[in-house]
Amino acid sequence: MPLPYSETVMEHFKRPHNVGRMEDPDAKATEGSPACGDMVAVYLKVDEAEKRITDIKFESYGCASNIATGSIITDLAKGKTLDEAKEITWEQASEALGGLPPIKAHCSVLAVDGLRAAIQNYEERHGLIKERKPTTLEEIRRRLKRVMNPVVGLDLVRTKLVTDMEIKDGRVRVVIDLPANHQFANNIREEIVEKIEPLWDVHEVVVEFTEVTSWLTSK
Amino acid sequence: MLEQFIYLDNAASTRLDERVLEAMTPFFFNKYAVATSQFGYTLGIDAKDALDASRATLARALGARPEEFVFTSGSTESSNLAIKGVAMALGDKRGRHLVSTRIEDFAVLHSIHALEKQGYRVTYVDVDEHGRVDLDQLRQAIAADTILVSIQHANQEIGTLQDMAAIAALCKERGVLLHTDATHSFMRAPLDVSQVPVDLVTVTAHLLHGPKGIGGLYIREGTPLAKWMDGGYQEFNLRPGEENIPAAVGFARSVELVTPEETARLRAMRDALTQRLLEIPHSRLNGHPEFRLPQNTNVSFRFVEGESILLHMDMRGFAVSTGSACFSRSLEASHVILGIGGDHERAHGSVRLSFGRYNRPEEVGLAADALAEIIANLREISPLGKES
Repeated sequence: MPLPYSETVMEHFKRPHNVGRMEDPDAKATEGSPACGDMVAVYLKVDEAEKRITDIKFESYGCASNIATGSIITDLAKGKTLDEAKEITWEQASEALGGLPPIKAHCSVLAVDGLRAAIQNYEERHGLIKERKPTTLEEIRRRLKRVMNPVVGLDLVRTKLVTDMEIKDGRVRVVIDLPANHQFANNIREEIVEKIEPLWDVHEVVVEFTEVTSWLTSK
Repeated sequence: MLEQFIYLDNAASTRLDERVLEAMTPFFFNKYAVATSQFGYTLGIDAKDALDASRATLARALGARPEEFVFTSGSTESSNLAIKGVAMALGDKRGRHLVSTRIEDFAVLHSIHALEKQGYRVTYVDVDEHGRVDLDQLRQAIAADTILVSIQHANQEIGTLQDMAAIAALCKERGVLLHTDATHSFMRAPLDVSQVPVDLVTVTAHLLHGPKGIGGLYIREGTPLAKWMDGGYQEFNLRPGEENIPAAVGFARSVELVTPEETARLRAMRDALTQRLLEIPHSRLNGHPEFRLPQNTNVSFRFVEGESILLHMDMRGFAVSTGSACFSRSLEASHVILGIGGDHERAHGSVRLSFGRYNRPEEVGLAADALAEIIANLREISPLGKES
């Protein structure tokens, strides 16, 4: 049996493209956190007239798939306009790598989120954010689809972990069908808050979990 | 195939010693009968003799008597037999409370979880930052209805050895049975049941250059243990199924081949490697600096991730292990690192290196050089640990 990774993944892992810190970037963003595992930073140079990505770099604190997806999304985004680059999906990144093991799918989501966050950072800095619409449940659901259920490597919505959600006066409430003391409960909570809190009309995000199971208790 | 292959994952499994295979071979091709045929024909008597001799060797290695040692398929089965066997024997008579720790290997942890689902109560005693059990807490945890304490002798990841003499004395004083998982310490760290009053001890062959698929359980005479796998009357009517005689012979031979001199040699390599690894910036030892398995070291490196380290090490011809969530099938960070109060970040960058008979002293420097270089390269591409 070969390694669980495709040859393309291993090539990008061994010799990642566009890797390292960028001096004086036009925009940058970091996704993930050391507390919940992998982390990726994305730096952009943007042609102001054309709104085109002229240079891009990434840094990774993560596993082979995290490094490889950072490498591939920078390849995919380089030379594209900001609007084109925004459309790059984690499925495209994964496909360009010849596939990722399902359990590693969240790594490609992290890299794509890093790219989108860097673009958003550029747009905010340059006053390019379009008209503000009130947040809908659809928008919340769309964002929850970007939060992985780490146990199976698919998103929270698809794995039916989201049992309820509501928006009321800028307060978003999400109910997750996992015990509150599950190893990933805090990571999931942090990720949900991170994805939903930046919405302009949301001022509070409440994540609720189900009952506590005693054998899962860890310090 | 790379020219060099340096195996530093002897805590996962070990290379079989040719002398073990040599001892086993006749029991595949010539003396292939099972011991239950002893009353029927000569071949069966040979099989029974070999099984008895192997059992005697293993019992002696533990300071036990032969009839106190039962062969199993490995340490997972041994720990299942011990924990569930005691629970089934005493659950209705004496009580339904067990005591353990959160850093046990999965065979123990999940056996206990299975009982918990059936309504048994469990108290998990805390361990300190090095992974040693808090004895005061253990004393307080034992209640009137406690039927079993299960605490490992040595930890599978960080190598910390428990003070088994103190734990056993405490359990004996309180009249509670004690099981210990000695999978990783057997023959490498002393545990003599004629001196230390433990009641049940899990051991295995494949970490001592013996065959896979064979282990054993020491059961002190008189220990209440229910047979829960149904079948024939083998292994003192506790573990049914025809005996794996070639493997039992191999297990005994592998134990005979371990010497204190060899263990001292592993310890010297381990110490040299630990020293080199702790010279790498932002590194820290996991587990106890003194009370630990002689063949194990485990170090966490900040700002880098374990699976990436492992793959780079593999490309250079080294096999090591990590407690990183990215490396586990469940994406869960090492429960041991979390159990000693470490965070995900510490588990993320942890590397376990474990020595065995076939490691040579020059491999220490090669492994340390490779790791230092790989960690420096990965830190180069990490967003953490730099001035920004």
